Amino acid sequence: MSHPSTYEPKTGIERWLDSRLPIVRFSADILSFPTPRNLNYWYTFGGILSFCLVVQIVTGIVLAMHYDPSGTGAFLSVERGIMRDVNYGWLIRGIHANGASMFFVAVYLHILRGIYYGSYKAPREVLWLLGCVIYVLMMATAFMGYVLPWGQMSFWGAKVITNLIGALPLVGKPITTLLWGGFSVDDPTLNRFFSLHYLLPFVIAAVVALHVWALHVPGNNNPTGVNVKSDTDTVAFHPYYTVKDGFAITLFMIMFAVFVFYLPDALGKADNAIPANPLVTPAHIVPEWYLLPFYAILRAIPDKLIGVLALGGSIGMLFALPWIDRSHVKSMRYRPTARMYFFIWIVAVAFLGWCGSQEPDGKLIPGLESFNLIDYPINSVTWLSRFSALYYFGYFVIVFFLGLYEKPLPVPDSLYTPVLKPSAVAAPAE
Amino acid sequence: MAESLTQSVSDPANAVDPSRRDFIHIAATAAAAGGVVAVAWPLIDQLNPAADTLALATLEYDLSKVALGQEVTISWRKQPVFIRHRTPKEIADARAADHGQLKDPETDAARVKAGKEQWLILLASCTHLGCVPTFGGGDYAGWLCPCHGSVYDTSGRIRKGPAPKNLYVPDYAFLSDTKIKIG
Repeated sequence: MSHPSTYEPKTGIERWLDSRLPIVRFSADILSFPTPRNLNYWYTFGGILSFCLVVQIVTGIVLAMHYDPSGTGAFLSVERGIMRDVNYGWLIRGIHANGASMFFVAVYLHILRGIYYGSYKAPREVLWLLGCVIYVLMMATAFMGYVLPWGQMSFWGAKVITNLIGALPLVGKPITTLLWGGFSVDDPTLNRFFSLHYLLPFVIAAVVALHVWALHVPGNNNPTGVNVKSDTDTVAFHPYYTVKDGFAITLFMIMFAVFVFYLPDALGKADNAIPANPLVTPAHIVPEWYLLPFYAILRAIPDKLIGVLALGGSIGMLFALPWIDRSHVKSMRYRPTARMYFFIWIVAVAFLGWCGSQEPDGKLIPGLESFNLIDYPINSVTWLSRFSALYYFGYFVIVFFLGLYEKPLPVPDSLYTPVLKPSAVAAPAE
Repeated sequence: MAESLTQSVSDPANAVDPSRRDFIHIAATAAAAGGVVAVAWPLIDQLNPAADTLALATLEYDLSKVALGQEVTISWRKQPVFIRHRTPKEIADARAADHGQLKDPETDAARVKAGKEQWLILLASCTHLGCVPTFGGGDYAGWLCPCHGSVYDTSGRIRKGPAPKNLYVPDYAFLSDTKIKIG
């Protein structure tokens, strides 16, 4: 921890323990960590995400007690065993399956918060990179978990995603064989995915520990992006933010519960209630909603290898963001131009997500069948994906040049001036 | 011997002999690296197909069950394989396209056995991302992949869409007039 420890052992036992394993001091320092006083509710997603990880690990360990990772047994152990026979199995699986979606809702808002307030900028680059690593691990874990029920979508999702890796030159095919353990997705694949699906959440937990460590060295960013200057700028993490995070987690749990109890299958696909069949592909394969934008980028490009590279690059851009954005102003509150492009970027990602869920040949406006521009059928899902993907990548180019040429608004002297003296901020602009 | 050893240790120049210290560092590091590689290889290679999986490598199939114009999908090495009994029109269409603009140029004759042009044996995995294409879709009267819209002609050659290659023709041989062995 970067702040000086304020813990004073009060009893003899505490003093004895403190000189041997200062674990009480460690916990006390986390609770008293000086945190900017102006954090808003967008800053509660870190706490919400920790909650999600715990929920997924607890429910996952329980589900593993009833799951059979074999080609003949997996589907039955989930759909009959867990969903019908195991006491409260339906509830635990409902929480685990919907929990994955909740986890991604929270992580996307957490990432967008980080981009908006410039939380990736110096001195928080390592914090940001560790977050990107967690996000990639989450996608890998969620993908492998989705394979385990061994329904049609599980099987064909696994096939399509593992074949993506096969597109890479030289190393692609051997890696795909290592993932499959056979000539195709099969029993060995299911077994190893189960093993890795159990392992990765603990790897995520370890990287989360590094992420929190990297947070506690520079301390939190805040909505103004202005550095903390004195003790009056901060409050103790507990009780101020434990209560704020707790309230946010409670609201989040209400939304979570609505899905678990009233819409348990709303985010799933009916095809996954059909046992995996290696001889028949479902008519329309789509990944889970949280992967749709990347899937749309993949489909937008007619070349296999370039499509796969674009898919990887779209996530790679996030890793590179701290070095793309050269602006010294962190928060987009004071960067109106950057803010506008950022909001358009969110719209482009939403378009990509929608495109990813549609048939590739689908039309945007059903009535306009033959709308062509210079011989290209612009009125199609494919072309909307292409324009959106172009903006997705173009945004990072724009951000680079904005960092060099943009005129930001005046930044307040301290993080609480905008609250206490709103006029003090507006004045220099005149 | 003992005397010279004592001498060399007591001699300040020899006591910090950098080349001897380096040798120990390099040797220890090399031994550790070799050990890591020796342990890593079995841990990686166990992911490759096991002997029982590889044992499923060949399959015999009786073609007489497939009527003219019919297609059956069989499982070989846990992968779907199309066996299509082609109509004369399909063969003619495929040959007519031999010199058309093909993404992965290959003649129809190279994809079937001579004298057995009616039998088209294909690995039913789209060369894009491995979905099973459905017959009768697309603009070339062949196959359409439901996943990302790749279109194959009546010879299983890629004509449109993101797939880079023609549908793969597995190794097979005619054991008799109506019996083939795949693999």
